[in-house]
Amino acid sequence: MGLGMDASIALVAIAPFVAALLAPLAQRLTKPFAGWVLAAVPLAIFAFLLTLVEPVIANGAVSASIGWVPAYDLNLSFFVDGLSLTFALTISGIGALIVLYSGAYLKGHPHLGRFLGFLLAFMGAMLGLVLADNMLALFMFWELTSVTSFLLIGFDHTRQASRRGAIQALVITNIGGMGLLVGALLVHHLTGTWELSALGDEVRGSGLYGLVLFAFLCAAFTKSAQVPFHFWLPNAMEAPTPVSAFLHSATMVQGGVYLLARTTPWLGGTEAWTLILVCFGGATLLWGALGALRQTDLKQMLAQTTIASLGLSVLLIGLGTEAAIAAMALYFVAHALYKAGLFMVVGAIDHEAGTRDITVLGGLADKMPVTFIGAALASLAMIGLPLTLGYFAKEEMYLGLLAWTWSDIVVLVVLVAGNAMLAGVAMLVMVKPFLGPVLPTPKSPHEAPLAMLAGPILLGVCSIVFSVLTEDLGKYLLVPAASAILDHPVTSHLTLAINPASPLLWLSIATWGLGLLVYRQAATLRTLLRRAEAALGWTADNLFDVVMFGLIRFSAGVTRLLHHGRLEIYLVTVFGALALALTLPMLLLGGYDVLLPTAELGNWSDVLSWPDLRIYEWGVVLLALVGLGSVLLAPNRLVAIMALGIQGTAVALIFLLFGAPDLAFTQFMVEILSVVILALVMTRLRLDERDHRPLEDLARDGTLALVCGVGVSLLLMVVLTGTLDKRLSDLFTATSVPIAHGANIVNVILVDYRGFDTLGEIAVVMGAGMAIMALLRRRKKATS
Amino acid sequence: MNTIIFRTIAPLIVAIMLVFSVYVCLRGHNEPGGGFIGGLIAASAIAILGTAIGPAAARRALHIDPMNIAGFGVFMAAFSGLLSLFTGSPFMTSIWLYLNLGDTTVPLSTPMVFDIGVFLVVFGTIAAIALGLEGDGGERS
Amino acid sequence: MDYVLAALIGCFIALGVYLLLSRSVIRMLLGMTIFGNGVNLLIFTAGRLTREVAPIIPSGLDQPEGVIANPLPQALILTAIVIGFAMFSFLLVLAFRAYQSLDADDTDTMRVAEPVDEPNPPLSY
Repeated sequence: MGLGMDASIALVAIAPFVAALLAPLAQRLTKPFAGWVLAAVPLAIFAFLLTLVEPVIANGAVSASIGWVPAYDLNLSFFVDGLSLTFALTISGIGALIVLYSGAYLKGHPHLGRFLGFLLAFMGAMLGLVLADNMLALFMFWELTSVTSFLLIGFDHTRQASRRGAIQALVITNIGGMGLLVGALLVHHLTGTWELSALGDEVRGSGLYGLVLFAFLCAAFTKSAQVPFHFWLPNAMEAPTPVSAFLHSATMVQGGVYLLARTTPWLGGTEAWTLILVCFGGATLLWGALGALRQTDLKQMLAQTTIASLGLSVLLIGLGTEAAIAAMALYFVAHALYKAGLFMVVGAIDHEAGTRDITVLGGLADKMPVTFIGAALASLAMIGLPLTLGYFAKEEMYLGLLAWTWSDIVVLVVLVAGNAMLAGVAMLVMVKPFLGPVLPTPKSPHEAPLAMLAGPILLGVCSIVFSVLTEDLGKYLLVPAASAILDHPVTSHLTLAINPASPLLWLSIATWGLGLLVYRQAATLRTLLRRAEAALGWTADNLFDVVMFGLIRFSAGVTRLLHHGRLEIYLVTVFGALALALTLPMLLLGGYDVLLPTAELGNWSDVLSWPDLRIYEWGVVLLALVGLGSVLLAPNRLVAIMALGIQGTAVALIFLLFGAPDLAFTQFMVEILSVVILALVMTRLRLDERDHRPLEDLARDGTLALVCGVGVSLLLMVVLTGTLDKRLSDLFTATSVPIAHGANIVNVILVDYRGFDTLGEIAVVMGAGMAIMALLRRRKKATS
Repeated sequence: MNTIIFRTIAPLIVAIMLVFSVYVCLRGHNEPGGGFIGGLIAASAIAILGTAIGPAAARRALHIDPMNIAGFGVFMAAFSGLLSLFTGSPFMTSIWLYLNLGDTTVPLSTPMVFDIGVFLVVFGTIAAIALGLEGDGGERS
Repeated sequence: MDYVLAALIGCFIALGVYLLLSRSVIRMLLGMTIFGNGVNLLIFTAGRLTREVAPIIPSGLDQPEGVIANPLPQALILTAIVIGFAMFSFLLVLAFRAYQSLDADDTDTMRVAEPVDEPNPPLSY
């Protein structure tokens, strides 16, 4: 092998992203064969993963790690054990078939390249998710699956239903993503590690267990569409069928199941875990199965059965017995094989016949025999007949519940009822469109192209081959996966032999019998269920709309409240905050105490003694006050401008009197220029001369201004009582001549010590100038 | 403001102010002055010229667009800092060069180049603003 | 004498704030300038006042003779004055343009960017 193991495993997750970037180009170059060409990427990954099977069985796990952000102890670490490998093989194998299928399904679509790119990117995210060992990497890939699935569901973005489905899926799964992040951070806080494989018993024993459990369940339940978050999955059926076949059967929605299985060793096994998973899983199973019977759209039926299957998987993980976990592993593969196949079949029917409504389809078997074979293979596996993988999955799940305690019986009843309904739906899907009298369809149906048939047939054959090779199935699939979930070795006892004395056989027969009954009474059940739904009035789906629109209204309201567009109020807020910031902390923390007369300073009469200002200094202060007063009371704008000049001049004089000739000159020049350009502009405006403020505004503004002014004065006085840290000034003074060869220290600071700052400042001056020029020129263009 | 006395005397004032501004800028390292003040004085001179002979004529007298002068100033200031990189010192380390011209010594230095850059920026920008505002004259909304 | 200046600076700040709170753009401009002057004086005074001795070293000496004014705040204020002026010019031109295109200098009537009756965002996907 040319590459090291670390790099190769990392490449599994990265290669699809690279392929995704190249997909549009590949599509343009290889037009009709884009699907065939791009399917090579997942196929290669599948082949590589197959080579890992032996080492994983031999060693239990293969791990790989490459540094990502070493400074924060973050590694892009991967961990391949039986569980990850089962998922990864399923994802890449089905992925290859789906890419192939998409090429034919969307043939001639203008955005086929983009679609294939999204699909491959999603696959990369999903592979990363199931292979990641680092919890932050897991979170990243988890969110990437949400984002890419958003793009895929909303692929047909000109339809509102499609957009809604995409947004709904994104919002719901992102709630879970936040949960995952919180959970990961909590686990890191508790254990100090980001690696999933390094976790032991610490979490279960800690006081934060409940919170961690809640966070992870939140993530898993939203991703895997458990009640009450189930409603996004049917709406996601707005996606093109290949997306549903891939994301909503074997991959994306199984992410939650994967997370639960992955966390079982260190999070599971408690009473709360079992109770919550079994209850929610069971409820989801029944709800989904009933939902499927209510539908007539083939795709919607499949979506609802997927919800049911996800519920079943969660329930099995919750039970946590060896048999239940083995059943879950088998069921995952069986379900992935038959559900992806069925979605592809439905896509083919839709593609060729032009409708998916089960009530108007019939007799297609003659026209589409190969499609029918694919449908039959998948449906038989879904019913769970012997010689299919579904059979073993069903047997295993019943096996663990034969202790005949009350709780076991309840779960058993739920399982049998759920499985029976699913079997009934499977019969409907297999029989209704293909057998019976031929019904007219919008398009005249004919056999689908090879690329669309390869998937269902191949997956169906796999299902049978696996079940015949019972021993290998146990060795290569059941044992590694179940051992990884339970964190201890398990043994396989799968057999093809049918034992009439075992209750298992009778449970299976009961399931099939009930399924047949459901199939015969499908129309009656549908009517009943629809009536019940109508009586219920609203669903979680409506609630989502209410919440979303509520959010929009709420944010619009908040925006209007904070961003009301009245400058005056903005400024009152700003200066109100300034006034509070200036005065409140000082008052509360006793900052003004230093100003009070003390024993050392003497009493008030000393403090209030006549300040030792010279006469001309008093003059300057007086000049400044006159200037300020005139600005405030100016009867017209010219006087105001002149008064502005007066206060500026007074400021310049203060600078001059207190040893700052540079500042004084600059201030003089600026003041003159200000007055000149103000006069230039103001004389051209016909402005209202007076300040019109209502009395209450006047009082409010005046109070604010006074508090700000007094606050600044007092602050400055307090500052002046302290000692000044003159180290920097002294350094500059001492080194100005010897090092910087300049006698004017202020200038030396500006152009030498702090030259970089000055460079920034002149750039700002320049920028302001350019903005002004732009404003002036725009007008000229408009008038010319 | 456009009296004949003002128009006659303005070029004279402007000339004196411009020369003075350069003097203030160059002596700034050792005595009160520097690029900021010098630039403001020179810009005021241009503003006076603009008022006296009209902004268009003042622009012509300048030959170069004032914003270009400002841009050149930023470039010059940055360049003076870059010079130190050739001596292997950090950005903006000052370099001094004393030229002996007979009786006197003329100090040349990168801070001086930098200060001239500041001068040009302030001069260019503010002259451009002043001329721009004056040039808008007569145009009422 | 520090306290007299502190009180004077309070007056600058108070008047600046009061003018900034006005609804007339031109008055706000005046307020901006006065506020800026107040802040410059604040920095200046906080660096301690020294009468008449500029921070300039007499020629021929390496160190100043006796106490000189604190040069650091002066350097800070010098650039602040120039930038403040550039800012003031920009605001002035902006106000001028706003007046020309909206024919108003009352901030209450300037609602182009944030109209009074902005419609609600659409409630759909």
